[in-house]
Amino acid sequence: MAETSHRPVRAFAVRLRGWALPFALLAVLEVYARTVGRGSDALAPPSAAVRAFAVALGDGTLFAATGFTLGSAALGLALGAGLGAALGIVLGLAPRVARVSFLSIEVFRPLPSVALIPLAMLVFGFGARMELAVVAFATFWPMLVLTQAAVRQVEPGWLEVARALGLSPWSTIAKIVLPAIVPRLFVALRLAVAIALVVAVTVEIAANPHGVGYAMSLAQQSLDPALMLAWLLWIGVIGFAVNAGMLRLAQRVARRMGAPS
Amino acid sequence: MTRHLTFNWRDTAASLALLAAIVALWWAASHGGWVSRVFLPTPQATLDSLLQGLGLGGGGAEAGELAGFAASTVGRMLWGWGLACAAGVALGTLIGSSDAARAWLQPTLELIRPLPASAVIPLAISIFGLSGGMVLAVVAFGAMWPVLLATMHGMASVHERLREVATALQLSRPQFVWKIGLPHALPDILAGLRLAMTVALIVSVVGEMIASQSGLGQAILLAARSFRASELFAGIVLLGAIGFVSNAALAWAEARLLSWQHP
Repeated sequence: MAETSHRPVRAFAVRLRGWALPFALLAVLEVYARTVGRGSDALAPPSAAVRAFAVALGDGTLFAATGFTLGSAALGLALGAGLGAALGIVLGLAPRVARVSFLSIEVFRPLPSVALIPLAMLVFGFGARMELAVVAFATFWPMLVLTQAAVRQVEPGWLEVARALGLSPWSTIAKIVLPAIVPRLFVALRLAVAIALVVAVTVEIAANPHGVGYAMSLAQQSLDPALMLAWLLWIGVIGFAVNAGMLRLAQRVARRMGAPS
Repeated sequence: MTRHLTFNWRDTAASLALLAAIVALWWAASHGGWVSRVFLPTPQATLDSLLQGLGLGGGGAEAGELAGFAASTVGRMLWGWGLACAAGVALGTLIGSSDAARAWLQPTLELIRPLPASAVIPLAISIFGLSGGMVLAVVAFGAMWPVLLATMHGMASVHERLREVATALQLSRPQFVWKIGLPHALPDILAGLRLAMTVALIVSVVGEMIASQSGLGQAILLAARSFRASELFAGIVLLGAIGFVSNAALAWAEARLLSWQHP
């Protein structure tokens, strides 16, 4: 970074090189879809995808579907990551409890979250609740494991201070443990956010007839490749924006907590 | 990690007791009618479905069916994982060891990476149709990212001193990659391979659900649609077992392959 900053022109040229391939691919797809693959049910020129995107943006389906997906992902994340972090703190502070529950955790953790889609469908039916449940399950485990690891790395001296001051367990967590693990907690949260989004879209594509994932499968099933590509592009944009936002948030928090960045 | 912990009988007994308590809670919840049997079969019914599905107990039309589904899911997972490993390590080595390749390819990868593998399935269906090969391609695509990123990171973080050594010894680029780059990246790559196996299982299951390919994903979806809760639970238990075994096997392999790092 520091090396390229005083050579802005060269740096710009290097960055430009990276964009050559995506644009070349888009151009090839455009030409192919307009000539050989004309009228295809599988592929559409990117320009048609952009038009389909504008239509979806105009008639409000884009906002409704995006709101549903982001809303269920956020609620499921709040539930799963909240419970996972809380249990992780407890297990991190009580090594004995952690040793005893290790086996049970290792039995349930490797279960692929998508295996619960049919069960959630059976219990909750279609809608936000089933999606929320699967997202909560998927985000619970990484949050539990990473929070537990973060708490174990809290300087033991600080916990001794808390004991010497006679702090209650509650205020030990609030005043000593939580501030100490915030930067690591945000790293874990970044991972959980990415998982939540992927799982939410997956649930919609596999079963739940709502949200952006369903909108995309529907476009594919109704043989509308332009609209399907538009949704795929939009899902990519959402993922990119959410991940970039979380990265900036984590960096900002780390700076405010005084971590050298 | 846990190797240095002394084996403790009381802790082992307590952890088994906790697991038994969870199963007992399940038993009580299903027998006591706290939760509808439509959702929650008894542990006994789940075990019966599991044994029958694996062809171990009882006859019937469906004896051994689940074993076949599990075999095709595991096959899909392993093939997709293998393809993902080969592609991920090759591409990661190329990008990690060459500045030019990084400049040309990295932004494209950054654009594709946030796409969930499952979101690619509708596109793959419309291009390749509803086939097993399509699911395999998506599994390989999804599982490739952890390997690719880990390899890139491992290759790019080779210490400056080692690069100087390579220059002093006049190593060619393939020699550098083979003798310094890959051994240095090995811990990262192995961690990536383990994550890739998890992703491969998830995408295999989703692919089977969406594309109606025979396997556990399709089996549990059909069981849920026809309210056969015990078969659904048997399938979920099997998927958990597959996840557990594959993860444990790779963790074991990782510890063995990296033992040279901790003499």
